[in-house]
Amino acid sequence: MIKANDIYKEYGEKDARFPVLKGVSLCIEEGDFVVLLGPSGSGKSTLLNVLSGLEKPDGGSICYDGEDIAGFSDEQLTVFRKENIGFIFQQYYLLPNLTVDKNVKMGADLAGNKEYRKIIEAVGLGEKLQKYPHELSGGEQQRVSVARALAKKPRVLFLDEPTGALDEETGRMVLHYIDSMQKQLGFTVIMVTHNVNIAEMAKTVMKMGSGKIVDIYENSLQKSAYEIGW
Amino acid sequence: MIIGKRDIFKMLGVFILSACAVFVCTLFLNYNADLKGIKDLIVEGPMQQLFEALVMTGKVVCAVSGGCLLLTTVVMLFFYIKQYIDMHRKELGILKALGYSDWHIARGFWRFGFSVFLGTAAGYAGAWCMMPKFYEVQNEEHLLPEFGIRFHPLPALGLTLLPAAFFALLSILYGYHRLKTPVLALLKERESKRVVAAKRESEQPFLQELGKSTLRQRKTLVFFTAFASFCYAAMVQMSAGMKELSSFMMAVMILGIGILLAVVTLFLAVTTVLSGNKKTIALMRAFGYSFRTCRKAILGGYRPMAYIGFIVGTLYQYTLLRLMVSLVFRNVENVPEYHFDVPVCLLTLVSFAVLYELFLYACANRIRKNTIKEIMLDVD
Repeated sequence: MIKANDIYKEYGEKDARFPVLKGVSLCIEEGDFVVLLGPSGSGKSTLLNVLSGLEKPDGGSICYDGEDIAGFSDEQLTVFRKENIGFIFQQYYLLPNLTVDKNVKMGADLAGNKEYRKIIEAVGLGEKLQKYPHELSGGEQQRVSVARALAKKPRVLFLDEPTGALDEETGRMVLHYIDSMQKQLGFTVIMVTHNVNIAEMAKTVMKMGSGKIVDIYENSLQKSAYEIGW
Repeated sequence: MIIGKRDIFKMLGVFILSACAVFVCTLFLNYNADLKGIKDLIVEGPMQQLFEALVMTGKVVCAVSGGCLLLTTVVMLFFYIKQYIDMHRKELGILKALGYSDWHIARGFWRFGFSVFLGTAAGYAGAWCMMPKFYEVQNEEHLLPEFGIRFHPLPALGLTLLPAAFFALLSILYGYHRLKTPVLALLKERESKRVVAAKRESEQPFLQELGKSTLRQRKTLVFFTAFASFCYAAMVQMSAGMKELSSFMMAVMILGIGILLAVVTLFLAVTTVLSGNKKTIALMRAFGYSFRTCRKAILGGYRPMAYIGFIVGTLYQYTLLRLMVSLVFRNVENVPEYHFDVPVCLLTLVSFAVLYELFLYACANRIRKNTIKEIMLDVD
């Protein structure tokens, strides 16, 4: 269970600091599919960075099964991310000089996962193992980043606008892979998006505005990637 | 104007290399030119032998160090131009899209030659400051008739303006060659050409494969790393040998140049590797790889190259000094025997290993302070 309490985060230099998160508190159950929904500038990406241990909050606590990571050192956060977290970014961030196989192996090696090629197969890239990122389409690249994130067997998968750079068809396909993998493996998903339609796939939706959570609700029916509007 | 003052100042490596080359060559060429002026006063015997040995020394030193530094300057200049084009792909793409021809854009690249001019001018001026002392040391035992320092316009031109003009032209031609990239590839900052194919089906662990691909990606940096250790090994050991064979002043001069070249070249290589892999390191750290692991994977591959450079540098300095003693100075009296100095070699190796590791650590730590988010945002 993830429990965040009264998280504050500010950016900027001494004289021009501005708050981005203004006392955010939330609770996420193990295996939940959460969407952080909000317009740009609402603080949702910062909240994702803080919850995942990419950044430290300026105040408040973030407890994973009772252990507060807010006070962790950089080294402790690195170990924490290694053991618990997976990431999928909007811009894919694949390593351009390594093949699909090696990009996914980057995640797999951290978890000692020898079966990582099954995940590449599962996201439909079994034929493209030895291709380089520049030889793939945007959708394929994002599927590689999905496989890379899942190959490290994360407890929590963080996604920052994963379909932001994709067209509708490939966007749906990527969401479908994530959704089906989550159902299969049972990890927790925390996804940032500004697309209200995608929020219909979530079990829990947390709406953000001006650095705060303004609304939390549960979808009575979780739609699939092919049922939502775009 | 696309190439600004900042871009020229960034070429510190080219500046220092050309300054060192011209500094050494000016000292010896000017001395040789003045020495030839007293040729008629030379009588047979030890005086004649010393005269010939000094003329030969000047020629060998200029040819070897000048030639070696000239080649390295060319490689470094090409490296900077390539780096500049890679960093400004979008701007150059826009210019080409607007209708500027490759030749028109490349003409502006003459400015890169300006850094060579700054270097040669500094080297030439430095040599003139050092010249009185140098002349004194060369004829310390007063075996040769006294002669003064004279200005020789030909070496002056040949060592300052000529290299600058040559490098300006070279910059234009190389820039023109590099700009022959389709407009869209520049605008979209496609990196396909920079991707150096690794063995597609290798079964090595990710970190090993990453280390190898980092090496393959920028071979010039492998050369620079090896060159840095080559300079350090050769010049530091040579300086120890020179103390006995020549003078303390020559030893200090060689030591200074060696360390300067090694530090500048290594700095250039390491910082370029790190900045080129900032995104990779950030991503790896996000996934949970420790900073130490990232540093080892990215920079570790260069270590063997550094030690290969060290071995070659050691052999080079030994061969050069051996040749000087046995061929150039064979008829000159009171020249001590030259033997390979094992303690000096070991001391140089240990000091190099310590400096190399400290250097890598310090450079890598500079990017450690950047947060993962900053690096990711910087990329976009």
